[in-house]
Amino acid sequence: MATKTYDAGVKDYAQMYWTPDYVPLDTDLLACFKVTPQEGVPREEAAAAVAAESSTGTWTTVWSDLLTDIEFYKGRAYRIEDVPGDPEAFYTFIAYPLDLFEEGSITNVLTSLVGNVFGFKAIQALRLEDIRFPIAYIKTCMGPPFGIQVERDRLSKYGRPLLGATIKPKLGLSGKNYGRAVYESLRGGLDFTKDDENVNSQPFMRWQDRFEFVAEAVQKAETKTGETKGHYLNVTAPDPEQMYERAEFAKELGMPIIMHDFLTGGFTANTGLAKWCRKNGMLLHIHRAMHAVIDRSPKHGIHFRVLAKCLRLSGGDHLHTGTVVGKLEGDRASTLGFVDQLREAFVPEDRSRGVFFDQDWGSLPGVMAVASGGIHVWHMPALVSIFGDDSVLQFGGGTQGHPWGNAAGAAANRAAVEACVKARNQGREIEKEGKEILMEAASQSPELKIALETWKEIKFEYDTVDKLDTA
Amino acid sequence: MPDFKEMGDYRSRITQETFGFLKALTWDEMHDMVAYIIDQGWVPGVEHETPAEAHGHYWTLWKLPMFGVKDTAPVLEELEACHRAYPEDHVRLVGFDDYTQSLGTAFVVYQGRG
Repeated sequence: MATKTYDAGVKDYAQMYWTPDYVPLDTDLLACFKVTPQEGVPREEAAAAVAAESSTGTWTTVWSDLLTDIEFYKGRAYRIEDVPGDPEAFYTFIAYPLDLFEEGSITNVLTSLVGNVFGFKAIQALRLEDIRFPIAYIKTCMGPPFGIQVERDRLSKYGRPLLGATIKPKLGLSGKNYGRAVYESLRGGLDFTKDDENVNSQPFMRWQDRFEFVAEAVQKAETKTGETKGHYLNVTAPDPEQMYERAEFAKELGMPIIMHDFLTGGFTANTGLAKWCRKNGMLLHIHRAMHAVIDRSPKHGIHFRVLAKCLRLSGGDHLHTGTVVGKLEGDRASTLGFVDQLREAFVPEDRSRGVFFDQDWGSLPGVMAVASGGIHVWHMPALVSIFGDDSVLQFGGGTQGHPWGNAAGAAANRAAVEACVKARNQGREIEKEGKEILMEAASQSPELKIALETWKEIKFEYDTVDKLDTA
Repeated sequence: MPDFKEMGDYRSRITQETFGFLKALTWDEMHDMVAYIIDQGWVPGVEHETPAEAHGHYWTLWKLPMFGVKDTAPVLEELEACHRAYPEDHVRLVGFDDYTQSLGTAFVVYQGRG
């Protein structure tokens, strides 16, 4: 055995943490960071610094390093690549041994990988682009309470995307008026309505009040339509105790689904709630407020594909992904890249979609992709084509802004989605033939005809800020 | 003020999930849907139920799922046969997906009475 000696002082990180010959183990957790180093810092040193600071290292040597086998526990930067189109930055790939992370704790994984290292001085900017979770770690996470297939079975909804709407105005309605908007939307043909993420329990509408009126609306709409209906009751709360109290009350009212904001609420709260949901037969819809703060800059932060992977592990049955076509940020290839991470059992590396690693999800259930924000009936052919059946398409303004009201707006969206699904099943190219398909359907649906006239001119064609890295 | 005389009123009805908002499929369209189910690798099956008992997860299975069927004709024949045998019932076509262990699709073909 080699003799270890204590040599106090500051050493180059690269000496210990840059290991280009290392072959990652199947059990290693792998990460890809985009690093923009300070001027004059060599790439290998910056990469090694990221590996060190996100695993076992600190800025100086300490004698207690010698009490353990640092070689076993350290993270290793094992590869460096150019970033296409960005000469300042480079990608580094880091392998972390499995034992660095507590089982089933996304909180712990992120505390290490995106902790202190993001403020590290030798680095100008740092972005976590992707994580490969080893199957050994995935098996320690419960994941979605139910997942796509079980949700479909519970709700008896098959062979088409589901439809939803966020109730508007998002703040200020009384419980009874709010329930009215829910009822009209659901009786008109939506599958779900949703609490806005800002709706928790404010003075104008306390949560118990909202839950009771909404429960009546959901049940009445089910009787009127012979369909299963749901409303995402937002249980995001000031503290976990109140969150669980709200979840319990939703269950008591016989509601099928509740909702949580996983980033503002936090991963610990989210994982706990997901476990409660599985135990209590409750579907869990996940909103992503605060994500753009973290994922929008191409140079610094965390890419949404990582947040989406983390959510699938932490637990949720639905996750907002952006729409590609609506008013919010989104790039088609990149969005499809993380939609795959939510829904598929295995996702191969595919740089054209921003996927840096093969990812085996094992037996973890899939998460429904939710497309929400600024979309309306004219977007339907593109949405069905992009997102496929295992998605929830949410038309807030596009339902409640219909000139005849929520029920007619809902009926218009339902007629449109079913026309697109039928056309797709017949082998038609629905994006190309979108207009004909919608016009044909409108000849049978006066609600759809009016909707098509109302929203004809609206377009959102801002360029994407966070693009995939290409030369 | 909106023109209330021009404004339509949406009347709720029992729509029963997928394709409830389309007019009844034509025979050719039914053929296309069955072909789609077979093409996806799903197994076509027929279920029926009295309208009074159509809630809940289970409708009554007509015979067995049509394992190994390659053509649309026998499926369309069984849909009709089920309808003839239970003219008062809802009849729906489903596609069993053995990979997801769920249904790939399910929609009502004949609306029951009562």
